[in-house]
Parts: sequence; C-alpha cells; structure tokens
Amino acid sequence: MSALGLASQALEIVAALALAPLFAGWVGQCRAWLQSRSAPGLLQPYRMLHKLFNKDSVLAAHASPLFRIAPYVIFGCMALACGIVPTLSTDLPLSPAADAIALVGLFALARVFAALAAMDVGTAFGSLGARREMLVGFLAEPALLMVFFTAALISDSTSLTTIVRTLSAREIGIQPSLALAAVALVMVALAENARVPVDNPATHLELTMVHEALILEYSGRHLALIEWAAALKLFAYACIGMALFAPWGVAHAQSPGALLTALPVLVAKLAAAGFALALLETLSAKMRIFRVPEFLGMAFMLAVIAMLVKILLGGGTP
Amino acid sequence: MSAQLGAVLALAAAWLAIGVAGLAALHRLHLVARWLFPAGGAVSLLIAATALPALWGEPQAAVLPIGLPGLPFHLRLDALSAFFLVVLGGAAAGVSLFSAGYFRQSEGTAPGLLCLQYHVFLAAMALVILADDAYAFMVMWETMALASFFLVITNHRIAEIRRAGYLYLLIAHIGALAILLCFGVLQANTGDYSFASMRAQSLSPFWASVAFLLALAGFGAKAGLVPLHVWLPEAHPAAPSPVSALMSGVMLKTAVYGFLRVATDLLPAPLWWWGVLALALGLASAVLGVAFAAVQSDMKRLLAWSSIENVGLIFAGIGLALLFAAYKMPAVAALALTAALYHVASHAFFKSLLFVATGAVLHATSERSLGKLGGLLRVMPWVGWACLLGVLASAGLPPLGGFVSEWLLLQSFLFTPGLPNAFLNMLVPAVAAVIALVAALAGYVMVKFYGVVFLGQHREEKLAAARDAGSWERLGMAWLMAGCVALGLFPAQGIELLAPVTQLLVGARLPDSGGWLLVPVAADRASYGPLIFFAGVAASVALAFFLVRRLYHGRARRAAPWDCGFPWQNARMQDTAEGFGQPVRQIFEPFFRMRRTLPSAFDAKPRYAVEVGDHFWHWLYLPLARLVESTARAIGTLQRGRIALYLLYSFATVIALLIWVTR
Repeated sequence: MSALGLASQALEIVAALALAPLFAGWVGQCRAWLQSRSAPGLLQPYRMLHKLFNKDSVLAAHASPLFRIAPYVIFGCMALACGIVPTLSTDLPLSPAADAIALVGLFALARVFAALAAMDVGTAFGSLGARREMLVGFLAEPALLMVFFTAALISDSTSLTTIVRTLSAREIGIQPSLALAAVALVMVALAENARVPVDNPATHLELTMVHEALILEYSGRHLALIEWAAALKLFAYACIGMALFAPWGVAHAQSPGALLTALPVLVAKLAAAGFALALLETLSAKMRIFRVPEFLGMAFMLAVIAMLVKILLGGGTP
Repeated sequence: MSAQLGAVLALAAAWLAIGVAGLAALHRLHLVARWLFPAGGAVSLLIAATALPALWGEPQAAVLPIGLPGLPFHLRLDALSAFFLVVLGGAAAGVSLFSAGYFRQSEGTAPGLLCLQYHVFLAAMALVILADDAYAFMVMWETMALASFFLVITNHRIAEIRRAGYLYLLIAHIGALAILLCFGVLQANTGDYSFASMRAQSLSPFWASVAFLLALAGFGAKAGLVPLHVWLPEAHPAAPSPVSALMSGVMLKTAVYGFLRVATDLLPAPLWWWGVLALALGLASAVLGVAFAAVQSDMKRLLAWSSIENVGLIFAGIGLALLFAAYKMPAVAALALTAALYHVASHAFFKSLLFVATGAVLHATSERSLGKLGGLLRVMPWVGWACLLGVLASAGLPPLGGFVSEWLLLQSFLFTPGLPNAFLNMLVPAVAAVIALVAALAGYVMVKFYGVVFLGQHREEKLAAARDAGSWERLGMAWLMAGCVALGLFPAQGIELLAPVTQLLVGARLPDSGGWLLVPVAADRASYGPLIFFAGVAASVALAFFLVRRLYHGRARRAAPWDCGFPWQNARMQDTAEGFGQPVRQIFEPFFRMRRTLPSAFDAKPRYAVEVGDHFWHWLYLPLARLVESTARAIGTLQRGRIALYLLYSFATVIALLIWVTR
C-alpha cells in the first residue's frame, strides 16, 4: 500500500461524491434536450441536496431507529461501492478487501436496508415499494453477478482491479461474450437505478412507483442522503460499465501524472454514458411492473449465455 | 484413551446426568429452567472448547465396553468430528442459555422430562459424531431421532403436532434403514462393522456407488434434501422454538457429518457422477427451499423452508468438492469443501438465532402467523435487533457469516472451467446462476420475514402489550449473535480451523492467508477482507453522520406518516406476507401446486383464498401412501378373525412347504 495508492483511493471517493450529482444532473439535462423541454441547470441536483439538508427531517410518529439509521447505511454502502470500482486507478488499497462478489453484496446490503426502512413506517405505499424493490433486486442481482463472472472468467480473477488491468491490456475489438454481458449490464443498470423502462425517476403516479414509493416517508437530511446515494449508485453502475467494457484511460502506473489524466478521461466517458442513458430512456416507454420479471429474466439469460460463450469459444485472455 | 476424547465423553455423560437430574425434579420448573439448562449450556461450551484443540491433534480412539457382548462401542475423535463438535457445542450453548428463560409455563411435556429429552438429544448428537463403528453410530443415530421425536411432540395434545411428529419419525426411519444398508454394503462381507475396517476395504465401483446412493438417501432424508424434505417444514415448526433451533441449526449438520464421513472418508476415491448427483440434489433443494420459504405465511415454517435451502447449498458445496476430488484437483476440492463447512458453522449460528427469536416472539404474542404480527421492533427491541443481525447473516449479506460461505462457494464455481470434462464445463454457468439466484432470493425471503414480523404497524391490538425477552433469553441470543459476527468478520481465522478437516478429507487445504484478508487461492485472483470492508462502511456512515450534523443540523420532528397525504391509514393496509409472496408465486408458478378460490361477482361475502402445496407431496407421497394402504387392505382380507380359517392357512402352508422340500 503506497502513499500514492492511498491518494488515488481518496481521490476516487471524493471524485465520486462530487461528480455523482453532476452526472445525475447531466442525464436530466440531456433528457430535457431530447424531449425539447427547457433543461434545469447542470447544478440543480446540488441545489436540491443543499435545500434538503437545510430542511427539518419529519419522521413518522412511530418510526423506529432503523428508519433513521437506514439512510446513513445506504449512503455509506454507496460511497464504499464507488471506492471499490476502479475508475481512476487500479492501484487501490481497498481493492483486496472487496472483489466483484463483495460489490454485489454491498449493493444488496443497501437494498435490504432501503426495503426494511420502507416497511418500518407501515404505510401501504412503503411496503408496496419494498416488495417491488426486492423483486427487482432478486432478479437483477444474479444477472449482475453473471456479468461479473463473465469478466472474471476472461481475466481469471474476481478482483476488480485485476479485471480492469487484464481487460484494458487486450486489443480493441468486439468479443462476443463481453458484448452479450454489456447488453445484460445495461438492462440491469436500468432496473437497479429505477430508470425508464422499469421505473420512472420523475413519476408522481403512486401505483407505478418503485423507488419513489420506497422513500416516500423520508424528508430533510435523510431524503438528501438517499438521493445522493441514488446518484452515487448510478455513478457506480456507470463506472462498472466503463471498467468492464471501456477500461482504457485508467491509471495503472505509480505516477501522479497518469492519475491526473485519468480524471478528464473519466469525465469524458461519463458524459458519453450519460447521453446514451438519456437517449435510451427517451426512446423507450415504461413497462408495466408485471413485465419487469421478463425484462430482467432476459438480462439474466443474456449474462448466462455470455458466460457460456466465453467457456465454449474460450480465448480472451491476452 | 487420550485426554480430549475422554473429556468430551465425560462432558457428554454430564449432559446425560443433567437430563436424569431433570427427571428427578419432574415438575419443579424453577430448578430445571434456572439451574439445569444453564448447566447444560456450560457443558456445551466446554465440549466446544475441548474439541477445538483436537482439530490439529492426531486422531484419538477409544473402546467403550458398553453395548452387546462382543460388540463394544468404538469411538474416535479426528479433525472432522472435532469440527462438528465445535459447531454443536457452540450453537447448543446459546440455545441452552436461551432455553433457561424460555420454558416458563410447562406446555404438554413436564419440564423435567423435557430436560431429559433435550439433554439426551444433545448427548446423542455428540456421540453420533464420535462413533467409529456402524453399531455405535446406528444406536446413537436412533437415540437422536427418538429424543428429537419426543421433543417435537412436546405439545402432543394438538393433533397437527402429533401428525408432524409421526411423519418425522417415519421418514427418519426410512433414512435410518438406508444408512443401515449403506453400512452393510461398506463392510464388504467381512462382518466387521468398525469404520477402520470399512476404510480398509476396496469396494468395486458398482458396490461403492450403491453405498454412496444409500448414504445420500439416508443422510439426505435427515438433512431434508429433495425429495425427502417433506417432514422438515412440518416437524421443525411443531417443536418448541429452542428445539427447532437445535434441529435446524445442529441436527441437520449431523446428517452432513454422516454424509461427509461416508462419502469422503469411508468410501474409496469418488466417481465424478457422485459429485454431480449431490450437486444437483443440493441445488434442487436450495431452489425449492427458497421459493417455498418466500410464499409461507407462518414464521417458523418459513425458517424451516429456509433451512432446506441452506442444507441444499451445503450439499451443493460437498457435491462440487466430490467432483473436483474425482478429477484429482485437491486444492479446488478443498475450496469447495471449505465453503460447505463454513456454511455449516454459520448456518448453525444464524438459524439458531432466528429460531430462538421466533420463540421469543411466540411467547410474547402467542402468534405464529405472519398475518397477525408486525411492529414488534418497537415493543421488543432486544429480540428485534438480534433478529436483524440473524436476518442479515441469513440473507448472505457482507460483512456477516452467511456471505463468507456464499463467496467461497461462488469462487469455487469459477474454477470449474478447469475440469477436464467438456459437458461439466458447460454446466457451470447454469449452476453458478442458480446459486446466485438462490442467494438473491434468500435476501427477499429475509426482508419479508423481518419486515412483516418486526416492522410496520401492529396488525393486532394486543401486540402493543408484548414484552421483550428476559435476561437469560437475551444472553443466549447475544452468544449466537457473537457467533454470527465472529464468523463474518474473521473468515481467515475461521478457515484456519477448517484446514485440518479439508486436509484429512481431500488431502489439501486453503493457503494460510495469515492476516485480515481471506485469500482462497492467490491474492491477485480473489480476496475478501470483511474487517476492512466493515470499517469502510462504518467509517462512511460515521463521517456522513457527523458531517451532516456539523455542516447543517440534526433537527427532526415527529408527525403522522405521510403516505401521499392519505390520512386514513391503518394496519390492514400494509403489505401482507401473502402479498410479499405474490411475485414469487407468479414467477415460480410451476414449482407450486396452487389452488385458488376466487369470488364471483355476485357473492354477498366475497372470499379469496390461495393454497400453496408441494408437488412432491401430491405426486410422490400421496400415491405411495395410497399404495401402502391398498396393499395393507389386500393383505388384511386374509385376516378374518376366525380360528378355523387360520388353521386352514397353517395347514396349507405346511402342505406347501412339504411339497417344496420333498420335491
């Protein structure tokens, strides 16, 4: 563990915390442009967080301490997740402590806390949201794990830094197993981040909500933390996608220079990913909740096929 | 006889003595609860502590001069038995402490008798693990089955419980018959039933396979593997909660022990399809168990189905280990076996914790149905928070114990592409996907369980008056919680304990990672450091907490729930257990045998009902039962109750025999 390693670790988490709301704002702005609406400012998410942090938290009369702890746990999980995914450098001190499977476990931990907190107040929408969130979760989690396994089989390791190092060393070209896994990951990311075909982040129609129903009882700083955590999750998924399928530009060497060039590369990649996400969301319509299992089942199957293709065709290891 | 084996035997005898003392104080509840059960808990701890050093020692053997003349009991303590004794002692200690506060008013069986059955059950499990010949093993196995049968029917005045006990006894004996036959094959016509002699035999592949299949059936029946699982969701909920905890947490593990003993120790080198079979049965049990757990509406039954799931995962790990061992890949076999054994230990702790927590809920509310609970975290904070830990461990979430075994199991699947068999390689994605699905569904099940029981509003008025667990119960739960946390945070030290076991069974061990990281093979391949992981989450949480308060404020107001502005909110509007099971019922529809009763549009009192049944019950057990009944009835026609007729039968038999002999 070097000083530079620690520095890049700290930089990664700070960059994630700072950039995640911006990324969410960028996606919102692209969506507005594509739908010919006038866009809110890029900094709108920051202003919203600031406003929410300033407000009083209103708690339901019989909310238990679990309800108050959950936002912090969710936020902590997402902050750590952003520290695990190698976005700027592959020289991360946290990397040996948590590999791809542990990252999936971390998302699961946050999800379970969110669902439990939603059930805590005992309102109709809260428990409905919890059920739906867990439904999406138990279908999406295995698919995400299979995507990671495809990459792990290619690089013979489940350590995310090793995966990124291996994948960025191979020549540029489309590999069938990775292409299938990429499609699966996009589908999982849409579902897990409550984006359009599965859930609508801008919805206010109760019966169609998933994520919004889950956090209905939260206000003030708790809501701010959850919103920030949601932005961090979107950021983390974008980074996972880039780490697996476009790992170029991440610093490998022990040099501060590489780290500094990695940051603009990251921002450029995020801008492209955000635009693609907005385009995808604009082009698709929200599906009924009953169709979600089919959608995620397809993602699961694609990821399994990706693994099968990797095993049958072999190759990939440079 | 060497020191540790002698000490363990003496402690098992102490258990029996405590039981007999209970018989002497048959109706003195205070004496039994406050003195005998804690003493039993202390003995459990001592057994775990004594067996621990035996993990690294040489195997110790002893011959006890009890039993039939010329057939003494052979006992042996090696690394495998030592590990299972540690698990038995560790989990039983917490359950016994809990029991000290649990058995308040006598229900059915007298407290002293219950104490005897309980401690005989514990001692029999310890001796099953120590047995070194088929005779001692079977005697103790049957003692264990009978003691647990009597414990299951503690409330024998309820017909449903008697029925559950009968089913349990029946399947336990079908399993015992299979195990007996398995030992019969293993002794290979030598007439010597000691395990040492069985190890020395070299069976032909055919007979070895027969023995393996019998062992899989026999021990699978005890462990609750598909299709012999039907007794488990009936018997485990029927028993008093501490007994359910022992049965799920520990007794199922003696079946795992027996299976490992036969499959990896007594039998010659495994064939590859043994592993595939164990893997397939394990996965089938895991998927079926978790899917059924998701649709249950009785909290103990839900946990019982979840035990089937966990046992399935354990057998999947063992199957994978056998598969690797068959292809001479000892290092990876050790990884899969470590995953299975680690799950044995963590399941023992978290499932015991969850079952005793349901016991505390049951005592406080006298409700088992999820539809009548809710909001208990507010009135029973101790039980609620303890149960939250158990739920997180059971859902396989980092940084607790359940995640470590899941992680190791998934890691070992990533090595299957190294197998020299192309067909098996292609099975890998499917199998790993199933494991991932089971793990994710376990999270769903646990959120349902915890959310419905402990969160939300009280679904019944009386729940507001529920009292929290007493101090003995808290102590027992605290011990089990400590086990869950320790297994989660210190996996590197945990697998160090398993190293002698895997060395003994598959001839390899995981590398000694030494520090705080769990490194199953090589550091750049995979590693997991739960302590750093936990510190990371905890630091982010603490930092967020203090920064929010420092930069902004910590003000909070209490108000009525928002719920989109709907003011007439009541407890009936919360999602129910059935509602939570609905998506799983829909997605896994072919798994269930569902009967729906829908109201018509003109019903004055519309009623909706859905009944979820098990296909195995309908397609396998009921036809079998009908066959047995009709055969019995056919034979019964011979029995007319007239002496003349019976004399005629005897006469006919004698004539037939004479013809046959003189032919």
